[in-house]
Amino acid sequence: MKTDDLIELLVKDLAPWRFRSILAGAVAGGIIIAAILFFVGIGFRPDISEAVKSNRFLFKFAVTVSLAITAIWVTLSVGRPGGSLAHRGLALAIAPALLVCAAMVELLVLPESQWTPRLVGHNARFCLTLIPLLSIGPLACLLAALREGAPSSPGLAGAVAGLGASGIAATFYAANCTDDSALFVITWYPIATLIVTTAGYLIGRKLLRW
Amino acid sequence: MTTSSRENDWAVWMRAAMAGDAGAYRQFLVSATPHLRALARSRCRGFGVPVGEAEDIVQEVLLAIHLKRGTWDQTRPIGPWVAAIARNKLIDVLRRRRHITVPIEDLVDSLQAEDLTPELSARDIDTLLGHLKPQQREIVRSISLNGSSIRETADRLQMTEGAVRVTLHRALKTLAVFYRSSARED
Repeated sequence: MKTDDLIELLVKDLAPWRFRSILAGAVAGGIIIAAILFFVGIGFRPDISEAVKSNRFLFKFAVTVSLAITAIWVTLSVGRPGGSLAHRGLALAIAPALLVCAAMVELLVLPESQWTPRLVGHNARFCLTLIPLLSIGPLACLLAALREGAPSSPGLAGAVAGLGASGIAATFYAANCTDDSALFVITWYPIATLIVTTAGYLIGRKLLRW
Repeated sequence: MTTSSRENDWAVWMRAAMAGDAGAYRQFLVSATPHLRALARSRCRGFGVPVGEAEDIVQEVLLAIHLKRGTWDQTRPIGPWVAAIARNKLIDVLRRRRHITVPIEDLVDSLQAEDLTPELSARDIDTLLGHLKPQQREIVRSISLNGSSIRETADRLQMTEGAVRVTLHRALKTLAVFYRSSARED
């Protein structure tokens, strides 16, 4: 086939679409799936009406929501050809930085005898299973969107999508979990996030080549 | 023509194309092709791949540009976007041809070189077309070789225009998958 003939073929297949819109749809889809799973299977903690008055409880969402937003914003960049962490990668430091600050404040305000019980908490096992479980839907949606994209580095794109999915999942999970200390959050949430991010990396490396 | 004024043209055409202007899209693809060809030829020479295979690479890159067109951020320059797609495909193709690991740094993203030789046929795509479903192949042939419009093709095959469009789009996506899997088989 001559190249001019191929060009005719491509011109005939012209229909407008934007990667940004596809990713936005995937985020919405992922949030809906995680929400259904949350409300059907897990639900709010029993004392939710009291909890919303507590700063410790609310601060968990500052961390998880900022992780979700920054990671999805970076996904938009690494999902394009030539995209790397160089442009927007620094934004990924926001959520960990918030968490480290909160943990330091916690160490200052809590008596030393409280450190270990707060860190260990009561729900570590739920945290490590429910966050990965809640993130399956969002991760699948983000990876599907990235397949329409063109990441120069498929593993990286998958990993960042995993971070974004963890952020969405952790936001729901945080509304269920009764462990509000930053010492608990900084110990267990990152392990759960690492599981999802690793899964994203491994799947992305296979699935996102183009 | 300078690089920046050329890339300005590309960006203007591509923006119009993304709003549905087929003529502008054709202008963009036709204008980008000689640069992709010059790049492919120089890479082939550099890596000891027969220059006759350059046209296969050009077509694979054009197909990738087409299928990934929605990933161009219209607020950013288009040159680096085209170069990144070409680089991704060149690495693939050269690995496939040479069974070697191509150092990425060697693939300069410059699309500067001019080469005005008229286009040649590529062979890979004809082989790959043979693997398409009969109806997909029929539609691809009708539009590319006979130059028929979507409507003429639809009338002749007694299909709706929508069905022809969908089949054409699936065929192009399938071709891109064939290119990739032929990379893995080697």
